[in-house]
Amino acid sequence: MEETMANTAKVSTPRRTKRIQISSLLASAPMAIVAIGVFVVCVGYSVMLSFTKSRLFPNFNWVGLDQYERLWGTSRWVVSVENLFLYGILFIAFCLVSGFFMAVFLDQKVRFESGFRTLFLYPYAMSLVVTGLVWQWMMEPSLGVQNVIQRMGWESFEFAPLVDPQYALYGVLIAAVWQSSGLVMALMLAGLRGIDGEIWKAARVDGIPAWRTYLFIVLPMMRPVMITSVVLLAVGVVRVYDLIVAQTGGGPGMSTEMPAKFVIDHITARGNVGLGMAAATMMLLPVLLVIGPWIYREYVRPAKH
Amino acid sequence: MMGKKLFAATIGAGFMSASVQAANIEVIHWWTSGGEQKAVTVLAEEFNKLGNDKWMDTAVALGENARALTMQRILGGDAPGAAQFNTSRQFEELIEEGLLLDLTPVAEKEGWTNFIRPSSILNPCMKDGGIYCVPVNIHSNQWLWTNKKVFADVGVKEPHTWEEFLTVAPKIRDAGYIPLAFGGQGWQERHVFDVVMIGVTDEKFWNSVWKDKDPKAASSDKMRKVFETFGALRQFTDEGAPGRNWNDATNMVITGKAAAQVMGDWARGEFAAAGKVAEVDYGCIPGPAKRPSLTLGGDAFIFPKSSNKNLEAAQLKLASMMLNPTIQAKFNNTKGSLPVRADVDLKVADACMKKGLALLDDPKATITPANNYITEDTNGQVQDLVSTFWNEPSMSVDNALSIFKGIIEDAE
Repeated sequence: MEETMANTAKVSTPRRTKRIQISSLLASAPMAIVAIGVFVVCVGYSVMLSFTKSRLFPNFNWVGLDQYERLWGTSRWVVSVENLFLYGILFIAFCLVSGFFMAVFLDQKVRFESGFRTLFLYPYAMSLVVTGLVWQWMMEPSLGVQNVIQRMGWESFEFAPLVDPQYALYGVLIAAVWQSSGLVMALMLAGLRGIDGEIWKAARVDGIPAWRTYLFIVLPMMRPVMITSVVLLAVGVVRVYDLIVAQTGGGPGMSTEMPAKFVIDHITARGNVGLGMAAATMMLLPVLLVIGPWIYREYVRPAKH
Repeated sequence: MMGKKLFAATIGAGFMSASVQAANIEVIHWWTSGGEQKAVTVLAEEFNKLGNDKWMDTAVALGENARALTMQRILGGDAPGAAQFNTSRQFEELIEEGLLLDLTPVAEKEGWTNFIRPSSILNPCMKDGGIYCVPVNIHSNQWLWTNKKVFADVGVKEPHTWEEFLTVAPKIRDAGYIPLAFGGQGWQERHVFDVVMIGVTDEKFWNSVWKDKDPKAASSDKMRKVFETFGALRQFTDEGAPGRNWNDATNMVITGKAAAQVMGDWARGEFAAAGKVAEVDYGCIPGPAKRPSLTLGGDAFIFPKSSNKNLEAAQLKLASMMLNPTIQAKFNNTKGSLPVRADVDLKVADACMKKGLALLDDPKATITPANNYITEDTNGQVQDLVSTFWNEPSMSVDNALSIFKGIIEDAE
């Protein structure tokens, strides 16, 4: 798995000039139909509903931008968006840093490497619901880690972020980083293994210390791997829902509310599909505006070597 | 992802229940605490005894999660056989869209409208002359549950109004007990808010806000008093409250860690399951208010329409069974709620239940819950506001009042 990842990450696609063959057209047709049907049509339908007064069931009583007006006048939504940005930036940053360090550690040809690799990657195999519950228990003030350490004698020890609105988001962040940095580690390790051994020899001859080689030579060479990691993590950020539901339920107060939870709550239990779809459209917008052109620049546009 | 779900919803309504197996009736409910589980087991066992049809239990923790699941399943074309809701406007759109089984034939045959009391408990089930749900119990929300031993130990009297509570609470706290056992989940915050609201105002004010949706009432001094009293309670809870389940909070009162809890009469089931005796080990104070009033709400089951005739027969059988006098007595005695029919033998009614029954007989002491008047959308907005206010002591009462006024103004 690692090798394929490294290869796809390294090789930039050469321009194809062959004529398009009927067979390849046929082969890609199902995918194209699904992509257009599921993504384009359904996204369009969702956006359309955001301009209606749909309650639990879709209807077409047009209300213009009313839903958007209410959305941005709703403090829960505004707080959700702020939470998402803070969470997203910190989550991606911490995952990249810890993933990179774990990969560098394993790259030292340590003993039991495969054992460590499994250990680091293991949390990623766990569902977000389980992750959320386990961390909720650990962060519970009277049963969890805080209680254990206080009983061991350190009376003033405090570790219960989830019950404090100021720190609850960081409690979620810890669980999320724990769960996802293994994935970044796997990607980064594949990237490190893909670095030509000659570069290391050259650096050693020049007497450059290992940490500088990693930081200034190897890291810039791993740009494609970094981008893959960021894209994968960013996708996880935008749709963060199950972790929140399992760990905090959005609380205390609104302190860990997220946009995806806002959407789901409104299109189901609260029966306001119009508002929910307006929120969903707002979630789509930054993805289209920022990530779309970026992915195009990095992957689709031919490389200019 | 959103779009896909909605798309499925619109086309899914056409071929409902394709995946439900014959004569197995899946029931979604949120009765997950110890006392509640015992009660729901009564229903399941009695239903299984009736014949070959089987009760398939789908218990989901937290009412809002269970209701969201039911909605998703119905919209996605994979409806359960039956699902729990509160007797409220929560499911009115399901009725309007014709997604629920019309129970009128069975209701007419058995004469539901004659024996279900009070009639207001059946109102949310009725739409355009049809009956679309089965109320199974009556619950009242406005109760303060106390641990008698804790109050004796501190040497203060149990409070009967919110003013009294705020006077004795500091003494309880100084004696090393948690004055108010509390679970910081959205619905519990909202629950205490409603109890405080009716406790410090009156029925007329309650109706002018929720029923008439009068913005002037929503920003009046009375409403200010509600927010102030509610906010004053924050200091009397413990730091572990956020996210706690209601029954865990009840357990703090049972075990004597905390002095009191505001909870509906379903908390009685937890005390009973722990072997505690009403008015001996624990106290139950209606209100708290000078003249206590109880909201009459309850749980009801809806039955999504199905093309499977076997399932439909099982649904009707279950609907009828839920109102059977013997089952009503057994179920409600276990759950701590009141039966929806008067001709039920309540031989085990304890001191607390008797207090409740006495209040129910007084029409002036009963009020209609807010969620019978406002949509789930509005209800959710109020809940978000209340939750934000509770968890952010820095939020001013003025600010909360102006948001509250806006919500009531826009309410439908």
